[in-house]
Amino acid sequence: MRYHFDFGWIAEYYPVLIKGVLITIELTLVGAVVGIALGISCAWARALGPGWLKPVVATYIELIRNTPFLIQLFFIFFGLPGIGIHMSEITAANLAMVVNLGAYSCEIIRAGIQATPRGQFEAGASLAMTPFETFRHVILVPSLQRIWPALSSQVVIVMLGSAVVSQVAAEDLTFAANFIQSRSFRAFEAYFVSTAIYLLLAIILRQLLAAAGSLIFPRRVRR
Amino acid sequence: MIQFTTWDILRGLLLATRWTILLSLVSFIGGGTVGAILLFLRIGKNKVARVAVKYFVELFQGTPLLMQLFLAFFGLGLFGIDVPAWLAAAVALILWSSAFLIEIWRGCVEAVAKGQWEASASLGMGYLQQMRYVILPQALRIAVPPTVGFSVQVVKGTALTSIIGFVELSKAGTIITNATFQPFTVYGFVALIYFAMCWPLSKSSQILERKLNVAHRGH
Repeated sequence: MRYHFDFGWIAEYYPVLIKGVLITIELTLVGAVVGIALGISCAWARALGPGWLKPVVATYIELIRNTPFLIQLFFIFFGLPGIGIHMSEITAANLAMVVNLGAYSCEIIRAGIQATPRGQFEAGASLAMTPFETFRHVILVPSLQRIWPALSSQVVIVMLGSAVVSQVAAEDLTFAANFIQSRSFRAFEAYFVSTAIYLLLAIILRQLLAAAGSLIFPRRVRR
Repeated sequence: MIQFTTWDILRGLLLATRWTILLSLVSFIGGGTVGAILLFLRIGKNKVARVAVKYFVELFQGTPLLMQLFLAFFGLGLFGIDVPAWLAAAVALILWSSAFLIEIWRGCVEAVAKGQWEASASLGMGYLQQMRYVILPQALRIAVPPTVGFSVQVVKGTALTSIIGFVELSKAGTIITNATFQPFTVYGFVALIYFAMCWPLSKSSQILERKLNVAHRGH
């Protein structure tokens, strides 16, 4: 039997797809903004934070980086209610993405901070800046500029990874694909189209982040 | 109602871990083999092959692994192949990991100083000889730490195969949760088992990085 491709079916379901795309974008946006903020806080804690905080942050990072995102999501959505913490599927999806990106971006940002010459800290101190001021004004921005490409790819990876939030019934693009698949029985077409949309989203996101990078970090004297 | 002890849960999960380990090995070794072959095309002289591999990488790095699994699961079926979940899982994971390994290794080959190519060319070596005697020995040394580091991604990637119905550690976690109603304990254990597999790999990647970088120290 020859299989006849029929993408017409998929076009019929465009509102579902659009809704899915919007939720995927929303998840990515929240994940990226809050996740990178968390990453910066953790990077600060590991570089300059109080002694007791360092092992706590290190444990968090190692735990997240060495377990699958899917399990983190399941633990948050199915596991936490076991100890009385309930949340909606979209909150769980957002939380999982923030926690995940926070750990990865911290490691990336830390690499940027470590590449900052020691003299920068001393220069800040000699201007009578507190360690926090030095971190905020002297260290952070050049570090972020240095690691921006790596951070951008991590955001793209997290966006693609968000496909699994459909497993806790968060209605993202993959959820839309599953929905269409179950209605039309056109599995291949449904997943083909949504994969193409993901690819498009990844390409656009990468371009946007590159543009944002050159906007936030104007070209300076390069060493 | 049957009572499940913590040991029952843990034993069930550990038994399923075998499949995670097996699938990880298949994906990593298969991905490495496919990646190595495609890497030669990617850095070779044939322009068409170079561009084709570039798009292959772009495609597999720019789409979710979950979608690749779905497409393998439903797509292979269109060719009249009866697709069990393990086959779809292995095919998708091998292609996915090869796409990442190509890029990691290409970076390593490019990290070898340009002068090395010129020096070996000046000795009258052909392309294959240059690769065999000059470039690859140096590139391999650089490639070991990131390759070991990537194996962690492969182990974590296998968790997604639970969604297309392959019974490995994650799927076993879901099944056991449904039987025991103890999601907190079960997913906690699942996470810890993944951690026990991945953390040594991450650590050894870091240690190798320090060890193999001796030659470059002080530059």
